[in-house]
Amino acid sequence: MNFEQMKRNALTEWNELENSDAPRIYLGYATCGCSAGAIEVEDAIRAELKKKNIAAKIVKVGCIGICYLEPLVDIAKKGRPRICYGRLTPKDIPKLLEDYLINDNPRADLALGTLGNGNIEGINNLFELPMLKPQVRVILRNCGMIDPENINHYIANGGGYSGLARALGMKPEEIIAEIKKSGLRGRGGAGFSTGTKWQFCRDAPGTEKYIICNADEGDPGAFMNRSLLEGDPHSVLEGMVIGAYAIGATHGYLYVRAEYPLAIVRLNIALEQMRKHNLLGDNILGSGFSFDLTIKEGAGAFVCGEETAMIASIQGQRGMPNPRPPFPATSGLWGKPTNINNVETWASAAAILQKGWDVFAKHGTEKSKGTKTFSLVGKVARTGLIEVPLGMTLRKIVYGIGGGILNNKEFKGVQTGGPSGGCLPATALDIQIDYERLSEAGSIMGSGGMIVLDNDTCMVDLAKYFLSFTKNESCGKCVFCREGTSQMYEILKDISEGKGKHDNIELLSELGMAIKDGSLCALGGTAPNPVLTTIRHFKNEYDAHIKEGRCPAKICKALIAFYIDPAKCIGCQACAKKCSVNAISGDRKMIHVIDQAKCIKCGNCIDACPVKVGAVNKVGNKKEIPKVPEKPIPTGSWSK
Amino acid sequence: MCPGSVVMSEKVKNVLKQFDRDKSNLIPLLQKVQKIEGYISPESVKEIGHHLNVSENYIYGVASFYAQFRFTRPGKHTIKVCLGTACHVRGGERVLENIEEDLKIKDNETTPDYKFSLERVACFGCCALAPVMVVDEKVYGSMTPAKAREILSQYRGKD
Repeated sequence: MNFEQMKRNALTEWNELENSDAPRIYLGYATCGCSAGAIEVEDAIRAELKKKNIAAKIVKVGCIGICYLEPLVDIAKKGRPRICYGRLTPKDIPKLLEDYLINDNPRADLALGTLGNGNIEGINNLFELPMLKPQVRVILRNCGMIDPENINHYIANGGGYSGLARALGMKPEEIIAEIKKSGLRGRGGAGFSTGTKWQFCRDAPGTEKYIICNADEGDPGAFMNRSLLEGDPHSVLEGMVIGAYAIGATHGYLYVRAEYPLAIVRLNIALEQMRKHNLLGDNILGSGFSFDLTIKEGAGAFVCGEETAMIASIQGQRGMPNPRPPFPATSGLWGKPTNINNVETWASAAAILQKGWDVFAKHGTEKSKGTKTFSLVGKVARTGLIEVPLGMTLRKIVYGIGGGILNNKEFKGVQTGGPSGGCLPATALDIQIDYERLSEAGSIMGSGGMIVLDNDTCMVDLAKYFLSFTKNESCGKCVFCREGTSQMYEILKDISEGKGKHDNIELLSELGMAIKDGSLCALGGTAPNPVLTTIRHFKNEYDAHIKEGRCPAKICKALIAFYIDPAKCIGCQACAKKCSVNAISGDRKMIHVIDQAKCIKCGNCIDACPVKVGAVNKVGNKKEIPKVPEKPIPTGSWSK
Repeated sequence: MCPGSVVMSEKVKNVLKQFDRDKSNLIPLLQKVQKIEGYISPESVKEIGHHLNVSENYIYGVASFYAQFRFTRPGKHTIKVCLGTACHVRGGERVLENIEEDLKIKDNETTPDYKFSLERVACFGCCALAPVMVVDEKVYGSMTPAKAREILSQYRGKD
């Protein structure tokens, strides 16, 4: 079967689905959707369809990125666009199906928007939502739209595998030239020119070459790659086959985190379908080019995201980095020339070959072309996976797309680049996001994690959190990384416990610079960044901990204290019942009192106190506790 | 050797048959064995070493490097609490503390009745629903200490 026939078959199948008489129900079935309740919602839908004797087609799609509204369900009737409904629970299903499928009421009150051609009165297009409108979807174009387990859906939509079919008719050099012209840079974080990287590996002597897809998305707080692999695995795989042909690789590996089981399942399905369609294996699409792919599951080591460590891990060894040079492009897996790219880089390459370099390069800034996916999470109102043209300001992302800070609190900063990155303060809100400007501001692009922080985030605690991560993940090869990160962690721990010394900041800075210089790989080379950038932008918080023994964000347990406001306490015992250490005394109708010596500062009392009462308070330093009764006294009897 | 380990070693031998005697298969092999046994037992290490012609030391060297491998028997249910950055800033630590207190074990420990094991995980990639915890294969999002305790009690009730 040639590619044209394949495309016709795919379109026939897709059109049959789109034009079917039976209604179609699309379920957002990525890991995020499932954890938000998609599985229970699916059960409810199937039960209800059976009960009402409705024949509907259920299609499981990936995540469209508006994760905070999950679980998402789209319902489509013949000749009408899909209607997307969010935050559904099994309880909502019987009524919704009855209203729309039987009584033809599309429930505009519940709908988030429509998808596809056509209008439905009272419902806007989904892409008009403030979270989606500013986005440009090149890489995520299929996520949430197609069934990721059906290769025909990929082929029928947006030119799936046409990039590969086109590439196989080109000379490898021409492909590399096109990638170079597009301006694509490595999406794993380093931002190296992808075309140039491919060129190095192509030019390396040898007939046996390898390519690897780095899907070991280890940055905590980042899930762009998971979402893409779960929602549109073929886009990544198409990019890999194109790259393999351009480079002259004989075999490829996908190194996927073991924490992503659903991505692994979908990749396996996709690979099987590719082999059946002659898009993988011997003589791909009759071109004479042969290539195959193997999945390697990671085993939980952050350092394996580093190229040489990943190679060691694929070879069955401890994942420890090796000095470069030699670079993997000349001596990588099994000592052969090897090219490693991130998931998103491979998917971008497929998009470039499908649509042309100019369609990609028209987005972005002078040096950072194209679009980039980010996981927008933390204390932001609308969390999810987004794709924007590079050059968009942080403000537009946080306030426009993200809808500002959760619960209308105050913006404090944004953490980008994971444990290798840094924290940007409010003054950085107007910088345009690209590789250069982020690094000028002291952070990095990284793979795309974007964690928004509000005033309840303690920057010393956050720096300590990252150092505890890198200290645990350091492979131990380089002394500065192994010992240095532990020492930095200990100093930060002291500061967070009020035991900081006046020269600690200087010591952290000095140690940080030494770790950067004395480490072989990027893990150590960037590990001090979260500390150095928080010192640079939030030094006042360090000072408050060290000089005043106070945690301004009221997070560091050794410093903070809880007390019950005697003027507000109604003596309901809700807090006392939830206190696991019996630190709260007071019978019913008595003002409760916290025994500071017993309190472990777990904060359960704040959760337990009824919102309208709000009697439990937190202070950054125990000296800030106002005068309260020493022992429980009857409610209403307190006067200062 | 107790009768239990004979049965176990049979299962492991069946897994071994699926892999070439190539050192590069060590990690996938350990993963498969752990999937069946729940952990990597000393007996399994011996069998694997024999199959791949590597020393037990070498196997422990590789296996102990990766967070995924465990060398003690896990509980019936494994609770993993995510402490990725998004979960951290949204209170994942408090969820973990409450579970630790509820089960009276620390992370990386198993209850004496082998019902629950507790682990902390760097990131599950469900950051938009932070804080997250996973029981066996099921992911629970938007956790609070109270919700976490409630879910634990459901699992207690199931057995």
